[in-house]
Amino acid sequence: MMSKIVRTMSNFLILVVLVYGLYIIMHGHSTPGGGFQGGAVVASGVALLIVAFGSHSIHENLKEHHLSILKSTGLLIFIGLAFGGMARTFFYNFLVGSPIFGHIPPLGPNPGEMLSGGVIPLMDIGVSLNVAGGLSAILLVMALAITATEVEE
Amino acid sequence: MRKIAIAVSLTVFIAFLIAAAFLIHPFGSPPSQMDDYIIENAQRETGANNAVTAVVFDYRGYDTLGEATILFTAVVGVVMLFRKERRG
Repeated sequence: MMSKIVRTMSNFLILVVLVYGLYIIMHGHSTPGGGFQGGAVVASGVALLIVAFGSHSIHENLKEHHLSILKSTGLLIFIGLAFGGMARTFFYNFLVGSPIFGHIPPLGPNPGEMLSGGVIPLMDIGVSLNVAGGLSAILLVMALAITATEVEE
Repeated sequence: MRKIAIAVSLTVFIAFLIAAAFLIHPFGSPPSQMDDYIIENAQRETGANNAVTAVVFDYRGYDTLGEATILFTAVVGVVMLFRKERRG
């Protein structure tokens, strides 16, 4: 638990961090970024909260088994989409040309479109759930363990 | 004896470094045509503007699956290491 200035600022900054992470995740197929990077940004938001508010007050609302469920769901989405293209090959991009995220952009430089990329945006979402949930779980569990040993000593 | 061994291995190592520096491919002409194929076809085949993401999530999906599984296993290990003991 840090001072009131730090807590007020992190209350404001967490919104910026989460929106930036979501932007990186959702535009992974048209701009630099993707699931791994955006998930790491979201997990850094959780790290900011843990530093500012202390791990025990975060642990009241954010349990590590919920984060574990999140990361398992992300990996299942990723593998399920990989198996979705099984009619051709494993990891075949079966959504290109379909109405869901299926628009094909023109060749060469272009402004970029949200609804393009086939399974890539969906895989980005799955991987980002995996990375954000996993890294947040590691941070939360380690922070809780540090405070627990301090109390015992 | 030990100094001779160190000198010989260091000479061989530096010779390998110099040979690698002279045998490197000239700038702009990589040994395979895979990058040209990806630059020309990634947008048409995957629909993604970002060719790096197209490689990571489509052409080399197995690699990303391995990375995600490594992260998953690491997280499972850390959470298992720091779990609370339940007695009784």
